[in-house]
Amino acid sequence: MSTNQHVPAPPVQSRRSLWTTRIIGITALVATAFTVWLGLWVTPPDQVQGNLVRLVYIHPGVAWVALYLAFGLAALASVLYLWPRTRSLYWDRLAAAAVEVGVVFNVCTLISGSIWGKPTWGVWWAWDARLTSTAVLLVLFLGYLALRRVPAEPEVRAKRSAFVALFAAVDIPIVHFSVLWWKTLHQGATVLNANLSPTIHGSMAWTLLLGFIALTLVFVWMLLVRYRIGVLEDWLGTGELDVALRERQAEGASLDDDEAAA
Amino acid sequence: MWRDSLLVAGKDLRIEARSRVGLYQVAPFGVVALVLFAFALGPDRTQMAKGAPGLFWVAVLFCTVLAVQRSVSVESVDGARDGIRLSGLDPAGQFLGKAAAVAVQLIVLEVVLGIGVVLLYGASIQVPWLIVASCVLGTVGLAATGTLYGALSAGLRVRETLLPFLFLPIAAPVLLAGTRVWQAGLAGGTESYGSPWLRLLVVFDAIYVALGIVVFGPIQEAA
Repeated sequence: MSTNQHVPAPPVQSRRSLWTTRIIGITALVATAFTVWLGLWVTPPDQVQGNLVRLVYIHPGVAWVALYLAFGLAALASVLYLWPRTRSLYWDRLAAAAVEVGVVFNVCTLISGSIWGKPTWGVWWAWDARLTSTAVLLVLFLGYLALRRVPAEPEVRAKRSAFVALFAAVDIPIVHFSVLWWKTLHQGATVLNANLSPTIHGSMAWTLLLGFIALTLVFVWMLLVRYRIGVLEDWLGTGELDVALRERQAEGASLDDDEAAA
Repeated sequence: MWRDSLLVAGKDLRIEARSRVGLYQVAPFGVVALVLFAFALGPDRTQMAKGAPGLFWVAVLFCTVLAVQRSVSVESVDGARDGIRLSGLDPAGQFLGKAAAVAVQLIVLEVVLGIGVVLLYGASIQVPWLIVASCVLGTVGLAATGTLYGALSAGLRVRETLLPFLFLPIAAPVLLAGTRVWQAGLAGGTESYGSPWLRLLVVFDAIYVALGIVVFGPIQEAA
């Protein structure tokens, strides 16, 4: 007896959503390629920072996605999940996908910042307010992901994760203010207050803008793909249980047949 | 709500008074932490006195994790958690009660650790009210957040490892604020320097106590 016929079909992705994802992915790829081309070849090196300035086309965009877009979306989706009227596992999957992609972007923010910081400030890491809040944010959301890995019923896990995301989201402004004061009240001007934001114009401004758009598109694409994976994971989780149950039942039935025959 | 919170706090504190886990295990652990910090910093007393505020609060944070673990684990056997949920006690009252019980234990612990810091590190307290205010406000915040995360992780088998990971980063502002107020309150600090940090602690406390009162019921369903 073949058990394959009992496996429920995977949830179908509509052609429209499939194509939307593909088009966003292709656009993201093209926009990123353009950013790389403009950033590395077309734009001139900076008078003060030289070629190091090219990181500015990537770093703020990555940070914007990580700190505002991804975690803002995760907080919003978590609140919508907790709100009884809008409760749906869609929001839970969206929050999970946003945090996971956001953590990747957050790590990229810290890495690109460090690469810039070493030659500019002379250190890989400075205990600056922004850096510190970014790092705390990363740890908070790593905790969220760790909690999600704990096996549980989908509804229980969704609720638990949503609460953790909510507590973390509430904490972020407090953390930000506290580390800001921590620096400013503790010592005078930080390295970041030095003249490190020269006015930019022409090709540099356009490249910077394009970098933001490209990275946002990359984020949206990754989010959609991760969401789809989440749907398939849930399907696999329930599907496997169904298959296992049916197999056991089939075994029991064949044993009964044997007994009847004997 | 208030009556329920008194009942729950009384229950938790009676368990602690009888089992003495806090007294015989958590408080000594805090003192051990202080001694270990001293070893890490070397025998230079001026350096220790300088680091005293931060080390005190780090020790308090670690002890909070233990106190919260304990507060959860006393209800983890014999279906006690279900019993309490079935008792019809107001969830907000339960939250306040459990947080209050943790807070009382932490205050006792902070007195012990405070004496330890003064004796071992040679820190001298110049502005006592700042020290007391920061301890009270910091403790309320730690107890509230700790109780929330304790309830969230109550049903998990990986509670012991997950709770510190989730709770400690959330409590980072308390560590920062508490340390700065202590620096202001100890010798060599400036008094005016502490007040914005006390306000920050008040905001932190207000947010998490309010959040706890609202969401403790739903959290218990999710645990």
